[in-house]
Order: sequence, then C-alpha cells, then structure tokens
Amino acid sequence: MYTELVMDHFTNPRNVGEIADADGIGEVGNAKCGDIMKMYIKVENNVITDVKFKTYGCGSAIATSSIATEMIKGHTIEEALQLSNKAVVEALGGLPAHKIHCSVLAEQSIKAAIADYYTRQGIDPTLIVGEIHECCHDGECGKE
Amino acid sequence: MHRFVYADNSATTKLSKNVLDAMLPHLTENYGNPSSLYSIGQNAHAAIDEARRIVANALGANKENEIYFTSGGSEADNWAIKGAARILAKKGKKHIISSKFEHHAVLHTLNALEKEGFEITLLDVHEDGLVRLEELKNAVREDTGLVTIMFANNEIGTIQPIAEIGAFCREKGIIFHTDAVQAIGNVEINVVDMNIDMLSLSAHKIHGPKGVGALYCRNGIRIENLIDGGAQERNKRAGTENTAGIVGLSVAITDAVQNIAARNEKKKMLRDRFIDGALKIECSRLNGDREKRLSASANVCFEGIEGESLLLWLDNKGICASSGSACTSGSLDPSHVLLAIGLPHEIAHGSLRISFSDENTVEDVDYILEVLPEIIYKLRAMSPLWERIKKEEKGE
Repeated sequence: MYTELVMDHFTNPRNVGEIADADGIGEVGNAKCGDIMKMYIKVENNVITDVKFKTYGCGSAIATSSIATEMIKGHTIEEALQLSNKAVVEALGGLPAHKIHCSVLAEQSIKAAIADYYTRQGIDPTLIVGEIHECCHDGECGKE
Repeated sequence: MHRFVYADNSATTKLSKNVLDAMLPHLTENYGNPSSLYSIGQNAHAAIDEARRIVANALGANKENEIYFTSGGSEADNWAIKGAARILAKKGKKHIISSKFEHHAVLHTLNALEKEGFEITLLDVHEDGLVRLEELKNAVREDTGLVTIMFANNEIGTIQPIAEIGAFCREKGIIFHTDAVQAIGNVEINVVDMNIDMLSLSAHKIHGPKGVGALYCRNGIRIENLIDGGAQERNKRAGTENTAGIVGLSVAITDAVQNIAARNEKKKMLRDRFIDGALKIECSRLNGDREKRLSASANVCFEGIEGESLLLWLDNKGICASSGSACTSGSLDPSHVLLAIGLPHEIAHGSLRISFSDENTVEDVDYILEVLPEIIYKLRAMSPLWERIKKEEKGE
C-alpha cells in the first residue's frame, strides 16, 4: 500500500517535536476525522531556519508531515508557500488515492504556520497565504 | 528477526494441515464435475454429499438437505435475507428487523432491500455490545417477516442472546436468520435447540479455505434463488460446485466444533491476559462486555492515537492485528460497530482488535504486551491530540 519512502518517513519521522520559541504555529485537521497536524516554524531574515511537527493520524499523515518539514527547512517563506500537496506526494513516490488528503493537510499546516507568523508580525496573512482549509475532507465532516 | 504473531483470526485464519490434505485430492485426481456421470465426477459428488452431512451434523441440523454451499459468508447472508424477504413480500410482510452493528454483508443487503420497498428497523446496540430482547419485542409489527441478528460481532466479539431471540421469533412465526461467521467454532451452536431458521457461515474463519461457505436453511423456510442456472444445490444455487473448498469446509468445521469448551478455556486465558495487560496502558478501554464475548477476541481503544499508525507499527514488529479507524475502513468514518456502541469518533479511531486462534501461545500475548505500550507511547509523544487530552486533564 505504501512506498518504501512513506514507510521510512513513518518509522523514522524527521523533525518531530515542538519549538518552544516558535515564530509561527499552525494546526489543521480535527480529531473527529482522525488527523491533526501541528507545525512549528522558526523564521530568520525571511528564511525558515527550523521546523518541527506533531501529528495525530495514520501512516501517511505522519509521513507527509515529516517530508514536508524537510522540503521547507532552510527555504524562504515564499518558497514554502509554493509547496503544493502534489509535490509532497511526488516526493514520497506516491500515495494511495484515499490518502491524498493527508498531503493536503501537510500543505495546509505549513500555510497555517506561516499565516500565524505573519499575524504575529502584525501583517494580515490572508492576501499572502490565501485561505487555509482546516479540514481536508471537503467539508464533509463537522469541526469538533 | 523478531517474533511473528498472527492475531487477526477474526479477519481470516491459516489453512490447517488437515484441511489442506483433505482438499488436495479434489484439486488433483478428483477434478471431475460433480454433475458428470463418470467415476471422477461421481467421486466428487459423493464427497460433496458427505461434506453436506458433516456440516449439517456440526450445526445440529435435522437433515443434510438443509445445508447449501455458497461462495462464502457474504453470499450466504445476501441469499438468506434477499431470498426470504422476496418470498415474504408476497405475503405482505415487508418489515425486517436487524441491528446497527451487523456485518456490511447484512447491512448493505438491507439497504438494497430498502430501495426495493422493504422497511428496515435497526435495533440499537448498547455500550456492552449487546442488543436487548425487549427492544426487539417492541420493534415487532404485524408485517414483520424476518429478523436477522448476528451471532457474534466481528469487531468487538460480543455474543448476542441468540437462543432467546430464536425462541421469541419462533413463537411469533417470524423467520430468524443469524450470521454466525464469527461464532462457529467459538460457541456451541445447535440450530434446532436455538430455533434458528437460517444461519450463514464461512470456511476461512475456521482454518478452512477462502471462497466457500454455507447457508443452513431449515426445511419449510422458502427462499428465492440468488444465482440462477444449473441444477446444483437442489436447483437452489447454480454453479459447478467448489468440491475441494466444500470438502475443506467440512473438515474445518469438524475440527472447529470439537472440544469447544476445553479449547475456549485456553483461548480465554490468552484473551484475558491480553485484556488485562492492554488495560494497564493509560487512557485505554475495552469495547463490549467483558464476559459475553468470543473466547479469542478483544477490542481495545487507546486515546490520542490513530489505529492505522498503530497497525503499521505492530506490523513492523511482526504482529498482525486490525483496527476500526477510518483510515483502515477506507471511509471517512471509523467503524460503524464502534459508533453503534456509542464511542465518539476520536476514540473509535484509536481501536485495536486482537483475535487469537488455537495456535497462539502465552509467549505471543506477552510479546504483544511488550511491544504495544512502547508503540503507543511513541505515537502519543508526537500526537497533538494526546497533548490536548493531557492539558485538559490538568485543567489547562
């Protein structure tokens, strides 16, 4: 079902944890649907110098958040905002069709962390980051 | 290499050596069509007759012609329910009673009948994983023709009051079907004593082959055909018989119904050892009544984690088990069984089903209990949901 790379990121997730003095924290998903992703970013001179994540969810939820942190660490905010769920899926060598929503959550959790970063800077993030989809299931499930 | 522990016997079981040995000649020498006149065909025919007698005997049926071989439990469920319902409809009986936590082979069959104009009442299942006879009695109407309640639940293992339901239905003249796929070999079953009119079973849950099952249908109960064609199964179920599978089923059921009480003692010991150990883990709960359950099955929820990641880690450690999380059910919602007994979504997502067989050992259980807490701590350590649960505990 999962590629070797997905299993590698699942069993050895990169950048797990929290950043105590994070510059931005984003959380998407909900317990009812069975997946929550929380991203912590540290930003210096517009570059994401550190990123950590915590995820409650299935194997692909953990793997997508893990690889997504690797794909934005050391990159500028603009580059991180360019990260699409498709790129996450490709980087993992593919995901089963019913797991694609996990990659959307990974993308959204990064956007949510960046939006939080801008909000803390006193900048309205909506124009820069766009709308954050806090749930990945096309609104089929209710928020908690 | 670590230990390999197969603890998903409610999903399927390993084919036993006895069964394989009995099946092989029917795949090699005795390959004749049981409907053919020459000897290898007639040998196959005789083997099927003998298998039918054995299965009837194992269920305590009066006559072997009450056993029909099918492609498995799902077909038997579909056939029993659709077949009986369509005959009953002609008598104006278009109401069927079942329960909310039946197997999908029953629930989806009932959905299909609802579209044909039948009315379906699904009984609630209580937190203990049991339906209540009183509620069944209250649900009965003038036009109730069929009751279908599973013998034992496939996910949480709880055993329903089948004999009581059977007695009540018989008294009311309502046809009673039970899906006994999980119960065969775990519970003593006698279709006559228990007033069961129709019963579905499957070979692969009792160390038999996949793709074969049977429907017990008491003489006098009329059901429409599901599969039309040749004259097999007394014109009731067409298709050249799966001789090897049918013989395999007969050997599997013979072994499964032997010494049930003694074998249950051993399996219960393993099950209870697992339950006791698993419940030592913080924020865990057993789903369904502790006693009224299959001897070898337990379903436990662990808060703050998701079932699929738990299964992947268990697999990584050589343990095969299952879960009712949404991710493993392939849908948006977690298992309908866990929701039916009143679990909130977020708790149902963290479920683990362990189901043993006669082949499991104390060492298997101890290995699971050694590995399981480590995995749960690891997943909880990275779970924002667990972080929230702990904060709420502290009143933050």
